[in-house]
Amino acid sequence: MSGPSAAPPAWPGEVFAILKGFAVRQVAYVPDAGHAELIRRVHADPQMQPVPLTTEEEGVALLCGAWLGGDRGVLLMQSSGVGNCINMLALAQLCRVPLLALVTMRGEWGEFNPWQVPMGTATPDALRLMGMRVLRAERAAEIVETVQAGAALAFDGAAPTAVLFAQRALGAKDFRK
Amino acid sequence: MTGAAKPPALLHRREVVARLVRDRTDLVVISGLGSPSYDLAAAGDRDRNFYLWGAMGGALALGLGVALARPDIPVLVLTGDGEALMGMGSFATIALKRPGNLSVCILDNAMYGETGGQPSHTAGPADLAAIARGCGIADARRLRSAEEVAAFAARVHRTADAPAVAVADVDGEDLPRVLPSRDAAHLTMRLRAALGLPSL
Repeated sequence: MSGPSAAPPAWPGEVFAILKGFAVRQVAYVPDAGHAELIRRVHADPQMQPVPLTTEEEGVALLCGAWLGGDRGVLLMQSSGVGNCINMLALAQLCRVPLLALVTMRGEWGEFNPWQVPMGTATPDALRLMGMRVLRAERAAEIVETVQAGAALAFDGAAPTAVLFAQRALGAKDFRK
Repeated sequence: MTGAAKPPALLHRREVVARLVRDRTDLVVISGLGSPSYDLAAAGDRDRNFYLWGAMGGALALGLGVALARPDIPVLVLTGDGEALMGMGSFATIALKRPGNLSVCILDNAMYGETGGQPSHTAGPADLAAIARGCGIADARRLRSAEEVAAFAARVHRTADAPAVAVADVDGEDLPRVLPSRDAAHLTMRLRAALGLPSL
């Protein structure tokens, strides 16, 4: 975990560059602290179309529509949001949407909040059950290459893909501070 | 006349849909599962029709995605009250993104027609036009006459500076089903091709 004097991690900027490189335009999200810097960059880029959601399943439908209209998109969410997407993920499978989801994990490494544990534990299986390919970055140093591989799998390989950012890679949230 | 005013006659859903799409040129239409998909098919199958047979609660968000991708093309979402109730948050998201090329028509028969006619929340106190307005869609109206339908039809085919929502009070008549394609991959490729996009 980074203290106040540590430099901010470089990966949000590199992930943003990967999304730009794959011509991603619509960025749908329910905010998460782990995605905060990426969300900030998306809002700062006039060529990107940030879409704040009221629930994550909205993002699956939105990105299916984006694909119908010729835009590539990405869905940013926390693992708890994966549970909200389940039925809607049928769209990605049936419409062959090159869906890329970047999921920040909760409920695993050093989790403080028991309410995050059940869905966090079920997240990879839930995604696979609905036809998503699942890649995982265990440490911060793996995030960039895993996002690169996941984006290629989704957009070139035409396979709906989720990239999980392990809680270990992001640092557990500490409510006692 | 004495006593309470007679309530206005309800609209016929297929007449509403046929009127909204009658003068279409480049319009893309997304239909929510159940009767709205049959109504759209009954009005004439087109490459720019995209029929949902599932993904309940997703029609509005899906229409928003198309509208943001192609701001040069008018997009109409046709859906039912039950489907819209399941995705009400999308009114707020649409209001936030404010796509002027997006119109939504909710065919409100106040029931779940596909599952036996159970009353929906709009048979009770819920008012989807008021909900849309409360989410920030200023142009959220009710359609109760052929004239109001015609006025909304004119709006559907042009791009304004903000999205529009219309809730049509339609009767609960059980109509013969007109079944469009259920092949989502086919419908996806067909619409993308109509918009000049590759299949993949």
